Amino acid sequence: MKATITARRVLTQLRHDPRTVVMLLLVPTLLMTLLRFVFNDEHAFSRTAPALLGVFPFVIMFLVASVTTLRERTTATLERLMTMPMGKLDLILGYAIAFGAIAVAQVGVATTVSVLWLGLDVVGSVWTLLLIAVLDAVLGMALGLFVSAFATSEFQAIQFMPLFVLPQFLLCGLLQPRERMGWLLNWLSDVMPLSYAVDALTRVTRSADVDSALVLDLVVVAGCVVAALALGAGTLRRRTA
Amino acid sequence: MTNSAVTGTGLRVVRGGRDVLRGVGFAIPRGSVTGLLGPSGCGKTTLMRAVVGVQTIADGTVEVLGRPAGHPDLRSRVGYATQNPAVYADLTVGECLRYFAAVLGAPARDVDRVLAEVDLAGQAKQLVGSLSGGQRGRASLAVALLGSPELLVLDEPTVGLDPVLREDLWALFHRLAATGVALVVSSHVMDEAARCDRLLFMRDGLVLADDTPDGLRAKTGQDDLEQAFLRLARAA
Repeated sequence: MKATITARRVLTQLRHDPRTVVMLLLVPTLLMTLLRFVFNDEHAFSRTAPALLGVFPFVIMFLVASVTTLRERTTATLERLMTMPMGKLDLILGYAIAFGAIAVAQVGVATTVSVLWLGLDVVGSVWTLLLIAVLDAVLGMALGLFVSAFATSEFQAIQFMPLFVLPQFLLCGLLQPRERMGWLLNWLSDVMPLSYAVDALTRVTRSADVDSALVLDLVVVAGCVVAALALGAGTLRRRTA
Repeated sequence: MTNSAVTGTGLRVVRGGRDVLRGVGFAIPRGSVTGLLGPSGCGKTTLMRAVVGVQTIADGTVEVLGRPAGHPDLRSRVGYATQNPAVYADLTVGECLRYFAAVLGAPARDVDRVLAEVDLAGQAKQLVGSLSGGQRGRASLAVALLGSPELLVLDEPTVGLDPVLREDLWALFHRLAATGVALVVSSHVMDEAARCDRLLFMRDGLVLADDTPDGLRAKTGQDDLEQAFLRLARAA
């Protein structure tokens, strides 16, 4: 299948760049450790940590995915692939599979370290927590892939991070409960996918039951991933001016 | 089935509000090497992009191997090498070619064949990013040779190559033509014109001549093809 061929190619490219691989795998863990000592208190850490376990990989995958796909778009390789028997969705899915695999490893390391050594207290299932965090990372990747279509240079792609990601971070309920925001900001936070991701992470850490609210959160995040990937494929053009 | 691999009629392309191709007609026969010659900026690349079907066209038609250019059926039958090498700098030459071979559904042993054809067999394990400019261009050319394309569209494939290698590549082009492949090779260097079976002379978005080298010499009364081009450009 063309998507898995492409995924293998993207991972091979990364393998030739060991410094990037090490950073991808360790930076979220490093940030979680830093957070733990900023609070210097396990309870305070346990309150904020789950959300950030989703947010850090979300931000990193957004950046990495948007720059990598922009590179493909702005070099002649995309034009070459578009003259070959390669479906647009296959290409985007190839990227999604490769970065999805990296996201699993990244979140896996960060969660393990947080639970075993940093004292993160999870009432619900650690596996559910892991699943949601991976979904967040994949969401960041899918949004990164999508917005790279609107960047014509790497400078622009990098700046899309504060533009698309930081507002979601400010409005996701981490700094201020969403219901205490004004109606406009509340509405904005309702249409931002990260709000649902953070909400799901908070639920899992506080309660052991998988209720309908949690399932709804997960469905919203997964739906946004699928939509962003489909939109990303839609932005690829076989013919250009 | 006609003898032409490609037929362009009334082809007009507008880029950035400017007519880059101003209604050109041309034919590219099977089993021969057609040279696309003209100064930088005359529309050679745009014409090649129209043939492989990645160029938005304003008017006219391009038919390739009996189908409209860019038809999905053509994607494994047309090989294309862009002017800027279209290869991944952070893969080895071998990895890069194996990826494109897999995309094309070409057999894995094709990779060794094309590497030998462009004289890069010794660099298979080297990162594309560490190759010289000429080697990178040849790696990109090797991708176009994968599978068994019936039409090869090569944009300035011999730029920056040493003369011996250039000689080898032209020999390869003629060997492929002898098996029935249609090749379009662009160049802005007139001394390559004499190596082609047919010539398309382009200037300022128009095709000035579509003939054999001997035909052009006879028509213009000039032995030297550069002089022949000048004569045609002044008459236009």
